[in-house]
Formats: sequence, C-alpha cells, structure tokens
Amino acid sequence: MSNVIENAGSYGASLAPTNGWCLNGVDPRTRLIAAFCFSMVVTALSSPTTLVAALGIAVVGAGWTGALTEQRWKRLIPINLLVLLLLGLLPLGGGATPVLSIGPITVAREGLVQAVLIGLKANAIVLGVLVLLARLEMASIGHALGTLGVPAKLTHLLLFTVRYLGVLQREYGRLRAAMKVRGFRPGVDWHTYRSFGYLVGMLLLRSVDRADRIVMAMKCRGFYDRFHPLDRAALTARDAWFTAIVLLVLAGLTVLEWA
Amino acid sequence: MKDGLVVLDEVSYSYNPDRPVLRRCCFQLDADERVGLLGTNGSGKTTVLKMIVGLLKPDSGRVRIFGKLCRTERDFREVRRRVGFLFQDSDDQLFCPTVAEDVAFGPLNMGKSREEARQIVSRTLSLLGLPRFEDRITYKLSGGEKRLVALAAVLAMQPEVLLLDEPTAGLDDAAAQRVVDVLEELPQAMVIATHDPRLLDSPVNRLLRLSGGRLVAESDGDGAIGHLQLQTKP
Ligand SMILES: Nc1ncnc2c1ncn2[C@@H]1O[C@H](COP(=O)(O)OP(=O)(O)OP(=O)(O)O)[C@@H](O)[C@H]1O
Ligand SMILES: [Mg+2]
Repeated sequence: MSNVIENAGSYGASLAPTNGWCLNGVDPRTRLIAAFCFSMVVTALSSPTTLVAALGIAVVGAGWTGALTEQRWKRLIPINLLVLLLLGLLPLGGGATPVLSIGPITVAREGLVQAVLIGLKANAIVLGVLVLLARLEMASIGHALGTLGVPAKLTHLLLFTVRYLGVLQREYGRLRAAMKVRGFRPGVDWHTYRSFGYLVGMLLLRSVDRADRIVMAMKCRGFYDRFHPLDRAALTARDAWFTAIVLLVLAGLTVLEWA
Repeated sequence: MKDGLVVLDEVSYSYNPDRPVLRRCCFQLDADERVGLLGTNGSGKTTVLKMIVGLLKPDSGRVRIFGKLCRTERDFREVRRRVGFLFQDSDDQLFCPTVAEDVAFGPLNMGKSREEARQIVSRTLSLLGLPRFEDRITYKLSGGEKRLVALAAVLAMQPEVLLLDEPTAGLDDAAAQRVVDVLEELPQAMVIATHDPRLLDSPVNRLLRLSGGRLVAESDGDGAIGHLQLQTKP
C-alpha cells in the first residue's frame, strides 16, 4: 500500500533541476538579472550589424543549451506576426527615399529599415529571455523576484496565481461537465447567456470561498503578517562563470555598436 | 467540571438566524482521547471543529482550551499553535509551491530557525513515509499525497491536539488505509470528523453523533457506557 505513494515519486515534477543541462546550478536570480540586462542592452542597440549579432547569439545560445523545445519555438510566432504587420504598414508612413510608388501609395526605405530593425530586436529579446529562463519553474521565478526586492504583494500574487490556477481550472471543468451531462448545448439565446452567467458567477463565488478557507488554514498554522522563506541559497562559482559569460557577450555587443 | 483539553460549554452558532447549526452544544476532550465525530452531511461537524480553533466565534456559550477561556482572536492565536487542524480539502491547506516550504510554513511562523525548520520537515516527512518529497510541487501531487503532506504540515507544528476533518474523504482504499495507519501511530488526543467506518474501528475510542445541533454519545469504544443503542459498525 505504501508503494502507491512511493511510486508516485518517480514521475512527479520537482523543483530540483533535472541533471545534465548546462544552465543547471545557475541561480534563478542570476538568470533573471541576466535576462533583464540582455533585454535592456538589446533595446538600446540600433545598428543592423549589432542586432544581427545579438539575434545570432540568441540563436546559438538556444541551439547550444538545447533549451528550446518545439513548443517554445512556437512562442516566436505571435511576435513575428506583429512584425509582419509592421513591415506592411511602416513603409507607407512616408520618408525621404521612396523605393516604389504605385499610384498614391509610396513605399519608403526608412520605414522598411525601421520595421526590419524592430523585427530583429523583438526576436533577439524574446529568444534570449526564453533561453535564459528556460526550464525555470514559475515558483522559482517568484522566489527569485522576491529575494531581488520585488514587493512581497506582487510576488505573492504570482505564487498564489500559479498555485490556484489549476484548482480553478478543475473547478471550471467540473461545472462545465455538470452542465454538459445535463444536455446543455451553447447556442445564441437567453438560456445560454444566463447559464454562462451562472457559471462565471459560481466560479467567482467559489474562488472567494476558497480564498477565505485558505486564509483560515494559514491562520491555523500561525500566519499573521509575513512569510519566512525557507530557502536562502548562496550564489556559487557557476553563477560567477555564467555572469562572466553574459557580461562578455553584452560588452561585445556594446563595443560592436559604438566602436 | 474538571477541565479537559478542549471544552465547549453550551455553545450556539448559526450562519443564518433561521437555521441554527449548533444549539447549546457541549463537548469535552480529555488527554489521550480519540473522539470520532459522526453526523449527516450538513449537521455541523466542520462548524464544531472551526469553533475549537476560533475560526468561528460562538453566538453564545464558552470555549475553553487547555483550561483557559478563549474569546478574542488573540486568545486563539496561542491555541492554534497547540491545536492542529487538518482541513476537509487539502487544496485549501497546501498553498506554498513546494512540499518543503509548505511543511516548514508552520514551524517558521512559530519562530523556528531555518535550520530547525528543515530538520522538522525531513523528520515529519519520513515519519509519514514520504521520503524525497521535499522538492515536489504541491499542486502536482495526487489527492492522497496532498492529504498526507497536509497532515505533515499540521504535525510539523508539534500540536498537542489534532482536529481532523474527514481525513480519508476522497481517497482510494490504499491511500485511506495509509492515513488510518498513520493516525493510529500518533500519540496526540484527537477529534476526527468522519463517515469512514475504517477510522471508527481502531484509531477512535469514543464516538459522538451530532444531531439537531447537539452532541450525543453514540457508543463507547470499550463498550462501557452506551448512551444510545449500541450500533453495529459496518
Ligand atoms: N459559510 C457558510 N455560510 C452559510 N452556511 C453555512 C456555511 N458553512 C456551512 N453552512 C451551513 O451550516 C451547516 C453545517 O455545515 P458544516 O460544514 O459544519 O457541516 P458538516 O457536518 O461538516 O457537513 P459535511 O459532512 O458535508 O462536511 C450546513 O447546513 C451548511 O449549509
Ligand atoms: Mg464538513
């Protein structure tokens, strides 16, 4: 009977990093700061060469760390749809050097360049951040933000959201299933609107109730005003190496831009 | 009246004035007692347990814990450190991201150092047979695991009295049996609200039934004083 619980240990997710991956052991705080600095520097860049270099580094990083699964690559799609939109619109805004003009519409070179630069920048930043934060649990990110001095209210909000999103989703699923098994088919009529209204209202009420019960449970365990974090991991040599590499890359980009 | 660990003296309570839940209800828990609390759904079992730790305040009557009359929130803060409460729904109780943090939450609130808390965590988890659970993420646990981790979180505060609200509800046979086995081994006095016949067999040595807003003896564990008809346990 105890093996029910012991076996469960083998497939359960864990905050402990999975072995054999090169950003393992680098503190989430270091990675968060690195991601922040990388985005800041890339935002400030404006020469096409440097931006191509930045994007190149992000792509090489993604390949080298193997951080990005197919699913994560897909996150680049919405960004690039936006970039395509810009590519279509910005050149129409007028400029000094028209490349092409069809009737009243003039395609300007400046706008074209601008759109391409924005595209490079956006992709470099998103890809870089995805690589630097890959395989971090939301929970570790929340804690890292907390220790970096982000206000407790915000990090608690993040942590509780992560924790209870699944619970709410299950609750929604149960209510929705209960409607379905009683033959509910959404249509365009008052019955549908009213039923969805009840569903949403019920979900809200249950959330409030649950929040009350959570506060009660916390009080029962002696919580009155503040959290006492259990982990206060020290930074290690790996963080130093990682920081050195990131600084080198950022310095390289800066020099390339302004030298 | 000799003071027990927990005494409810003629407490009344209603969520809604038209439908009182408790009516001048009396209850006493003595050291080493394990009381099973029976009652139909909605009879007020959870209400009684919440009253003991001051999550609900009685409309009238007195609550006396460890010989001390408790009225205000401040009185109950002390009580909650010494009386552990296992909630009916473990999702309410486990709100920290990882198991270790959740189990350490109580001890840290009680002013234990991180080092002590960490020791308590590993001791409690191994007591409940949950080795290497420290870094598991609470919302990814199964129902049975959640219940045991919630119990670990309660036990980590080293309470003198345990209040358990349906500790086996929603668990499969194996997981429920495991909870029963764990409870049997614990030294604390406890009150267990339950419908589960498995719990009524061995961990419990006195049975009370909540009906009409009052507590009546159901049958004695030793068969000594059957207040009502002795009922055959299923
Ligand atoms: N927050 C609340 N607001 C209004 N009424 C409530 C509330 N909580 C409980 N009640 C009512 O009080 C009565 C007793 O509830 P309680 O939860 O104590 O029952 P219970 O014996 O624990 O039931 P169960 O076996 O279903 O857990 C029920 O009739 C319930 O409808
Ligand atoms: Mg109940």
